[in-house]
Amino acid sequence: MPHEIVPIIRVGENLLVSLQGDMDDEAVIRLEDQITREVERTRAKGTLIDVSGLAVVDSFIAQVIARIVAMVGLLGSEAVIVGIQPAVAITLVELGIGMEQIHTALNAGKGMELLKRLQT
Amino acid sequence: MSSGTPGHYLIRSERDLSGVRKLLRSQAQLAGLGTLELTKFVAAGSEIARNILKYADLDGASVTVSLIESKLQSGVRAVFVDLGPGIEDLDLALQDGYSTSGSLGIGLPGARRLCDEFSLESEPLKGTTVTLAKWRR
Repeated sequence: MPHEIVPIIRVGENLLVSLQGDMDDEAVIRLEDQITREVERTRAKGTLIDVSGLAVVDSFIAQVIARIVAMVGLLGSEAVIVGIQPAVAITLVELGIGMEQIHTALNAGKGMELLKRLQT
Repeated sequence: MSSGTPGHYLIRSERDLSGVRKLLRSQAQLAGLGTLELTKFVAAGSEIARNILKYADLDGASVTVSLIESKLQSGVRAVFVDLGPGIEDLDLALQDGYSTSGSLGIGLPGARRLCDEFSLESEPLKGTTVTLAKWRR
């Protein structure tokens, strides 16, 4: 399955995407394709992207995640990034990447609550 | 200052980035860095490796990562070497938001902020050496 980069599971009307380990650039780019296809196919109302298992986030990976959020938004699904680790949050801010335009939540549970609020 | 067993990795394409990060991570772990220091160090090194891929001649580009020790502390150091065109204006290159490629311009200044020690040496047409170090807290 060439398009399967990460497991995407359905939770009610939402999708849960879990990013794991150290993803190379090609995988990160192919992720855009996989997630947008899945949002279109399932007509998911919301998309939670869990980055708690991501080993490293540098400027490129952060930018791609921000792009995925924008793409999912254009498809009419709300995207929420959950599980940013404290060390990753500090690193991103020191790098100069704020991710201000992006909905985030501490963990998947809080992310689901946020999605519910965004969808009403 | 004495060095431990260094690790060396060639930087030839984007496929090498995760290998570079793996090496940075394993050496940082050996040096006993905590999660925050380790994450900062790996991210900083990843930015520098990306710069090399973007701007430098990839023949002869590499990183050497070693453990470092002073009387008072221990840590990890990464030396990135490339034989590219060099950086014309070092001060400008270290400014936030400056880029000659249309990118965000955060690689060098961001990496500098994330590390305890940072040095940038460049000679036109000969190449660039970036050294990063992070001490164990």
